[in-house]
Amino acid sequence: MPEALLAIDGLDVFHGDFQALYGIAAEVAPGEMVAVIGANGAGKTTLLRAVAGLLGRRAAAIRWKGRPIGGMRADRVAALGIALVPEGRLLFPSLSIEENLLIGGRMGRRGPWDLAAVYRLFPILRERRGFAPAQLSGGQQQMAAIGRALMANPELILIDEISLGLAPVAIRQLYEVLPGIVGEGMAAVIVEQDTTRALAVTRRFYCLQEGRVALAGASGSVTREAIGRAYFGV
Amino acid sequence: MEWVNAVVQGTLLGGLYALFAAGLSLIFGVMRLVNIAHGDLIVLAAYLALSTAAGLGLHPLAALTVVVPAMAAAGYALQRGLINRTMGGDILPPLLVTFGLSVIIQNGLLMGYTADPQKLQAGTLETASLSALGLTVGVLPLLTFALAVAVIGALQWMFYRTALGRAFRATSDRQDVAQLMGLNRAHVFGLAMALSLAVTALAGVLLGIRTAFDPAGGGARLIFGFEAVIIGGLGNLWGTLAGGVILGVAQAVGGQIHPGFQILAGHLVFLAVLAVRPRGLFPKMEG
Amino acid sequence: MDVTRASRLTRAAAVAGLVLLVALAAAPWWAGRADMRLLGEIFLYMALATLWNLLAGYAGLVSVGQQAYVGLGGYLLFALTMLAGLPVLAALPVVLIAGAVVAVPVAALIFRLRGAYFAIGTWVIAEVFRLTAAQLSALGGGSGASLPPAVVRTLAEGRDLREAMAYWLAFGLLVLVLAAAVAILRSRHGLALTAIRDNELAARSLGIDIWRTKLFVYVAVGGLTALAGALIFLQKLRISPDAAFAVNDWTAFVIFIVVIGGIGTLEGPIIGTLVFFALRETMADLGTIYLIALGAVAIVVMLRAPDGLWGLIRARTGAELFPLSRRVTGIPPRP
Repeated sequence: MPEALLAIDGLDVFHGDFQALYGIAAEVAPGEMVAVIGANGAGKTTLLRAVAGLLGRRAAAIRWKGRPIGGMRADRVAALGIALVPEGRLLFPSLSIEENLLIGGRMGRRGPWDLAAVYRLFPILRERRGFAPAQLSGGQQQMAAIGRALMANPELILIDEISLGLAPVAIRQLYEVLPGIVGEGMAAVIVEQDTTRALAVTRRFYCLQEGRVALAGASGSVTREAIGRAYFGV
Repeated sequence: MEWVNAVVQGTLLGGLYALFAAGLSLIFGVMRLVNIAHGDLIVLAAYLALSTAAGLGLHPLAALTVVVPAMAAAGYALQRGLINRTMGGDILPPLLVTFGLSVIIQNGLLMGYTADPQKLQAGTLETASLSALGLTVGVLPLLTFALAVAVIGALQWMFYRTALGRAFRATSDRQDVAQLMGLNRAHVFGLAMALSLAVTALAGVLLGIRTAFDPAGGGARLIFGFEAVIIGGLGNLWGTLAGGVILGVAQAVGGQIHPGFQILAGHLVFLAVLAVRPRGLFPKMEG
Repeated sequence: MDVTRASRLTRAAAVAGLVLLVALAAAPWWAGRADMRLLGEIFLYMALATLWNLLAGYAGLVSVGQQAYVGLGGYLLFALTMLAGLPVLAALPVVLIAGAVVAVPVAALIFRLRGAYFAIGTWVIAEVFRLTAAQLSALGGGSGASLPPAVVRTLAEGRDLREAMAYWLAFGLLVLVLAAAVAILRSRHGLALTAIRDNELAARSLGIDIWRTKLFVYVAVGGLTALAGALIFLQKLRISPDAAFAVNDWTAFVIFIVVIGGIGTLEGPIIGTLVFFALRETMADLGTIYLIALGAVAIVVMLRAPDGLWGLIRARTGAELFPLSRRVTGIPPRP
């Protein structure tokens, strides 16, 4: 495996008195796609938010290209080239679709993604560029949210609950374009409820259970039973 | 005819109130902050212009070249150094800290300039007037109104047509997601306050040319600006201009009825709007 | 196992409080005239601070316009005694009720404003009252009026007795306000307030009628603040719109007192008032610097120790003088 882009070692996260993550260890290599799976409340979203700098945690536990970034402010983390597509899309409601994309690209990092490239990837967004986010379907919103993250030309894109609440046709569309986005200098971490789908498109996976990594390995070789045990802890 | 005159004068006065209100509206829009010291900062700008004009021998309008950047810089520093520390979910800390600031500015001015009323000397601009259709209007009120329209137009353009405006709206919508776009919340808030106080500086100088001012006058200016914002509807800049005009006309007409009734009439119109249309006449945004 | 609000300290405080109560009530027999005036002023500020704290610290209604009720109370006292011919002691209950009655429509209007805009709304109301008072030519218009000696004599014959009466009234108001605050906080409304303060959304989902609870507190505080205003101007014997509706005297000072003492606690306003007067008696010559310092101290307290002086004391010692928080006692030790 090439040298890790993102390396997490011994990450603990507390929400007040409640501990959400216990000694998480995980890695992402440049250009690879990794799945994070697990039941509701297993800590998947917390993990992604911690990486994105929204939780402000211990400095040593999260490293980016060997440099500790835990505890760094979210805007600094973003400038390093880590983009988060948050759960529920969270587009800016008072910005048009095009403005949402433009603000994603405001840091001016160089790379293949600009408005034209995002519109090529998701042509519907060009049609709807003057609309408010609330006027779009859930699938279109998710496209806009992914497009907004791509506009930053990140080296790592974190996509939280990529298909949650979307129509099947929209989910299929997203998974069709996903392999084309990743690679070429961009790695991805996707959080997904649909384990089968997540394992089909990724190279490796981490399965979280009650804040701990219960199972990790190559997506292609893991058995259903092993996943089931790691998922539910039975 | 004197009633028509009152309405015209009140409309022009409304431009000044819209300038009081624009800065208040801006920072509320971006960071949900209500700055109790806003009126005192308007008065502070007038005193700053007084000293600049006297020290450098400038016309008060020329003094704007010093006062506007100075107030903007002070706003940025104030936000980053003090007010940002109070910005959590709780409304009490920012409210009480800006209230404390208000008392400090007021008494600081009292120490520096005494309680005697002051006025900015603007020469012929103070008395120049135009006559048409049997009405006589001062050049200064006309200029003030034109500047208010220009400032509000510029703010509107900035908000909806520029990258800075996008950053303001995005931060206003969802602060944490805005950070994911590489926006530093503290810096964005600092810029919003800088812009607010730049507008405040202009308002203060125009106020100082128009009437005498003293250190205790901040409260009334805060209230007029606030009333214009609420009458116009939260988050609507052109509504704020309309709110200022309505307030100005109410005061002018009230003063025409009875001199002691001038300010009171403005407050009563505000309360009436609050009773009938609590979200203002031209609402746009959730309060 | 038992749930109680009393602790050894609250019981000790109750005994000490009783002794203090008797001693203070007897002040006219042991204190000089100047001391009594100072004590009376302290009591009135303590009452104002406790009332503002009920609004802001418990009901989340941050008002910067309580001078509306102070001035209203003062003007009502002057109007009722000078124009309606009531004796002072008969006018006071009327002031209390009138203050509460006026607070109802005011609340109906300004409760439409959220959070910080509510604060400025209260200020507008105070300005409306001030400008209206300036139009009352029967009470001197903008320049104000003095309470005629004939009215003052209805309080008591002889200067000593009058001074004592004014003192007792101020003291009585403070006791009334503290008792009312404890009663409100221990009532169903009080529990609701705590719930609202902690989480407005959750409180609403529990079926607490937030609007009515807040209205109740606002109206009660309005009436009592008006009564305080009547007593303040009974001591001053002179009233004018600018003095009666002064934002600095009746709101800024009061806010600083509560913030420095500790907002959201009953002890805070008391401690804050004592600190305020200790500072004032030593620094009053400094005038404006004193105000600047007070504002700066309040800002620092808000940023560094938002629970105020009493919060610092309580964090160190766990002390509580008023029996308000419930604690569980008599839990059998684990085997």
